[in-house]
Amino acid sequence: MKIIYYPGCTLKTKAKNLGDTAVASMALLGIELEELTRWNCCGAVHSLTDDDLIHQVAPARILVRAMEQGGGKLVTLCSMCYNTLARTNLIMKNDEEKRNTINSFMDEEKDYHGEVEVVHLLSYLKEEVGWEKLKEKVKVPLTGLNIAPYYGCTLQRPREVGIEAPGSFLLMTELIEAIGARAIRIKEADLCCGSYQIIGNPEAAGNNSAKIMNSAQKAGADALSMSCPLCEYNIGKKQKGLPTFYFTQLLAVALGVAPEDCHFELNPESSPELLKTKGIIK
Amino acid sequence: MAVKLSPKTVKKEFIEKLEKLSGQNVQQCFQCGTCSGTCPMLENMDTHPRKIIKMAQLGLEDEIEGTKTCWVCASCHSCNVMCPRGVDLPRVMEALRQMSLRKNINHIEPSELPAETIKDCPQIALVAGFRKLTS
Repeated sequence: MKIIYYPGCTLKTKAKNLGDTAVASMALLGIELEELTRWNCCGAVHSLTDDDLIHQVAPARILVRAMEQGGGKLVTLCSMCYNTLARTNLIMKNDEEKRNTINSFMDEEKDYHGEVEVVHLLSYLKEEVGWEKLKEKVKVPLTGLNIAPYYGCTLQRPREVGIEAPGSFLLMTELIEAIGARAIRIKEADLCCGSYQIIGNPEAAGNNSAKIMNSAQKAGADALSMSCPLCEYNIGKKQKGLPTFYFTQLLAVALGVAPEDCHFELNPESSPELLKTKGIIK
Repeated sequence: MAVKLSPKTVKKEFIEKLEKLSGQNVQQCFQCGTCSGTCPMLENMDTHPRKIIKMAQLGLEDEIEGTKTCWVCASCHSCNVMCPRGVDLPRVMEALRQMSLRKNINHIEPSELPAETIKDCPQIALVAGFRKLTS
């Protein structure tokens, strides 16, 4: 089975540990993530001013490419890409005036009306694989690991594109439990890490990220599970507290993907160390 | 902050422009303060988001320009999902940023960012930051 996949820029470089482990894991689950043959940067953030349509063009072009490659569902997993693509898709589907303007600007592309469905990998895993089937495929259960799911902002907000309702962290919790680890709920699971303010107001971003890290430590978590390379940078790399993993890395290890293919060299050093200490990888 | 209000101080064009850019009716806000209560960046702001909306309702353009609130906002949408009046405050904050950025004034200078940050941070941090904070 194949599904169209948009990786986004960061997953090809600094977050290869997110992208490559997703592709490897899904292959073991019998699903090929078929990368779009042509794609561009999504723009990372959704434009919030009504007259600024030019910044909707980049994500709209990606959606057009997905439609041309067969349409249906488009799977993505960087939280920022997911948010940006899903929100532009809503405009293209529901706002006739803006859709017409954007379509007439993109004069080399086919007209697009929201034909593609943008899906985050967490939702796709539950819908297409299911937690029970996933449990059967686990080769290396992550027994003894206490993992705090961290969603950040863009998986849940705004409501119209949320993979689940604000304040609910079920998808990642269920995934963590399906692969044999224990999920640790933290109040700060959707507190903003400071996002792009890491370059505008690094002190503020640092304060927020420290709050999240401290909360996970106090709750007894061994590590945090994430879906966003910017959150991972702000909380994992800048805070140097608990180990951090992308949820796809935990999934990959549990499904038996070789540790050297999980790119732990891109994680904080403490991340692979934790897995070694727990006897999960050698 | 004491402000004298009169028909002359209310800048109607400012309110109209803000509402056009943001697509929001700022008069919807009834000042419950949920936005400030949910804002994760609040302690870094010089003026609460609730006060910014009040100032917008009163057309106090210069007073809003004198605050740094919209530059601290991280567009996290915490306020947006909780607002009982359905005001999309992140869009109001973006409109305020755009009113300044469209005068060709950068809030941050890319050339002045620490080399270490540019080397280490994921590109989405730079793309997002430049989109929100530079003209």
